[in-house]
Amino acid sequence: MNPTDLANQASATAQRALELATQARALAEAHVAPVAAAADPFLYLLTIFLLACFVGYYVVWNVTPALHSPLMGVTNAISSVIVVGAILATGLGESLAAQVFGFLAAMLAAVNIFGGFIVTRRMLAMFQSKKKG
Amino acid sequence: MAATLSTLAYLVAAVLFILALRGLSHPTTSRQGNLYGMIGMGIAIVATLLRPGMGGGGVGLIILALAIGGGAGAYIATRIQMTALPQLVAAFHSLVGLSAVFVAAAAFYAPESFGIGHSGNIHGGSLVEMSLGLAIGAITFSGSVIAFAKLQALMSGAPITFKGQHWLNLGLGILLLVLIIAFVASGSAGLFWLIAILAFALGFLLIIPIGGADMPVVVSMLNSYSGWAAAGIGFTLSNLLLIVTGALVGASGAILSYIMCKGMNRSIINVLLGGFGTDAGGAAAGGGGDGDRAPVKAGSPEDAAYIMKNAQKIIVVPGYGMAVAQAQQVLREMGDLLKKEGAQVEYAIHPVAGRMPGHMNVLLAEANVPYEDVKELEEINPEFAEADVAFVIGANDVTNPAAKTDKSSPIYGMPILDVERAKTVFFIKRGMASGYAGVDNELFFRPNTMMLFGDAKKVTQEIVQALQK
Repeated sequence: MNPTDLANQASATAQRALELATQARALAEAHVAPVAAAADPFLYLLTIFLLACFVGYYVVWNVTPALHSPLMGVTNAISSVIVVGAILATGLGESLAAQVFGFLAAMLAAVNIFGGFIVTRRMLAMFQSKKKG
Repeated sequence: MAATLSTLAYLVAAVLFILALRGLSHPTTSRQGNLYGMIGMGIAIVATLLRPGMGGGGVGLIILALAIGGGAGAYIATRIQMTALPQLVAAFHSLVGLSAVFVAAAAFYAPESFGIGHSGNIHGGSLVEMSLGLAIGAITFSGSVIAFAKLQALMSGAPITFKGQHWLNLGLGILLLVLIIAFVASGSAGLFWLIAILAFALGFLLIIPIGGADMPVVVSMLNSYSGWAAAGIGFTLSNLLLIVTGALVGASGAILSYIMCKGMNRSIINVLLGGFGTDAGGAAAGGGGDGDRAPVKAGSPEDAAYIMKNAQKIIVVPGYGMAVAQAQQVLREMGDLLKKEGAQVEYAIHPVAGRMPGHMNVLLAEANVPYEDVKELEEINPEFAEADVAFVIGANDVTNPAAKTDKSSPIYGMPILDVERAKTVFFIKRGMASGYAGVDNELFFRPNTMMLFGDAKKVTQEIVQALQK
């Protein structure tokens, strides 16, 4: 077998491998992808949501009643994480209306984020100070 | 920042939020918890700002919005009086609600930004989630505004009821559902805003019949709603962090509402239907038989000081009246003086004392009352029998023994603080008016009760002066 034949043969094999790979990809796209899509993202989100509800349930029952006011302060502050949606709407700027609403939402949420964490900090500082004194 | 990376950042933020709540299981870990919460929020904001496609102009706008809002929030939060905490929290809830409405609107007008379809052609599932987030957000907003107005005394705390109120609310609720279905089917902008308006009205109508003293339940419930609204928006935007946080906050508010309702032995439905204290039949039944009772025994602050000076164990029962009179500081002074005399001074907190969960604890903490001296209902109740003095300041219904004995009383079945078991009960009160529930407190007429008429702060001050002599 001379080198040219060898090269040709190798080239043909490579070609065949490419064809097979392409077929395999088509096959994968035809069969595997629908399976992945069938596991609806909504179900994933719902799973996360329900598990988080349980986490919340157990964590909050552990909060000492004396700290129920600070608990409201913290939950208030973290619920303003809705600012994430506002930032996306403003920053991506797909439409003027969305930007205006996003801007307003970001502003209101920011009041809450800063206000909520600061007021909680103030409350907790009061509980803390007498532990030492 | 690539999508995977930002999702990872959101996950970290979600874990930090859980740790923030976890920290509140004890005062010593709570400040660290709050810090975790702040870090989580910082990570979430930065990760979002670094997402691909964030334009320079947009980022500038965002920073401007955050600066204006953050500045206002920081200013308010550093200056607010601790007694005004309930209305502050109500106001903050309203902002979360309104910003949920705005984010829903932004998602409606720019669905491409959130990958939920194209303008005028948004995926059906996303429309369902969007309308839920919108409706809950709007209800949270207007409901919290009413709660704020009642707590701030901008409007009367008395329940506002009218004929057919519950049917009207039910009708509006059903109409809201119909509108949501129509909106999901059509995706029309008109319906979007109609849902918003109707939900605003419903939030308003749901809260007006609820009276001032039920505000702990209302504030907790609106806290819960603000969480569910965030979760609804999270589903719309397929955002893991919003969903997790919304669920945490929603669960937290729901648990607090449950604890508050249990503290009053009422179902949440009963509270929501409102109008407590206007029930003429119940109030009349509770107030009956006045003529047979012994006259109340009124005492002077000097008498109280003398008795307490000789007491071994004193339990203070603060209520909303203490907050109104701002008497917490002078109350702590009294406690310090009595401790110097060798007495044991403890504070008994009823779950629904005040206008929000934990309200009394914060006020006492503000006045530097040691955390260890402040006890919850179950913990302190057996101790009243050994107490020489129960000092009731600004509380009423939560001490009424009728809740244990009188089946006709509207507060029957409510867990109460057993102050009547103490050797002597001091009751600071402005006058003989009945408590919020419109029920007479038979405690006033007991032989071991001494009434101290006057403003809570003034009377306590006079006791302090007498103790110092």
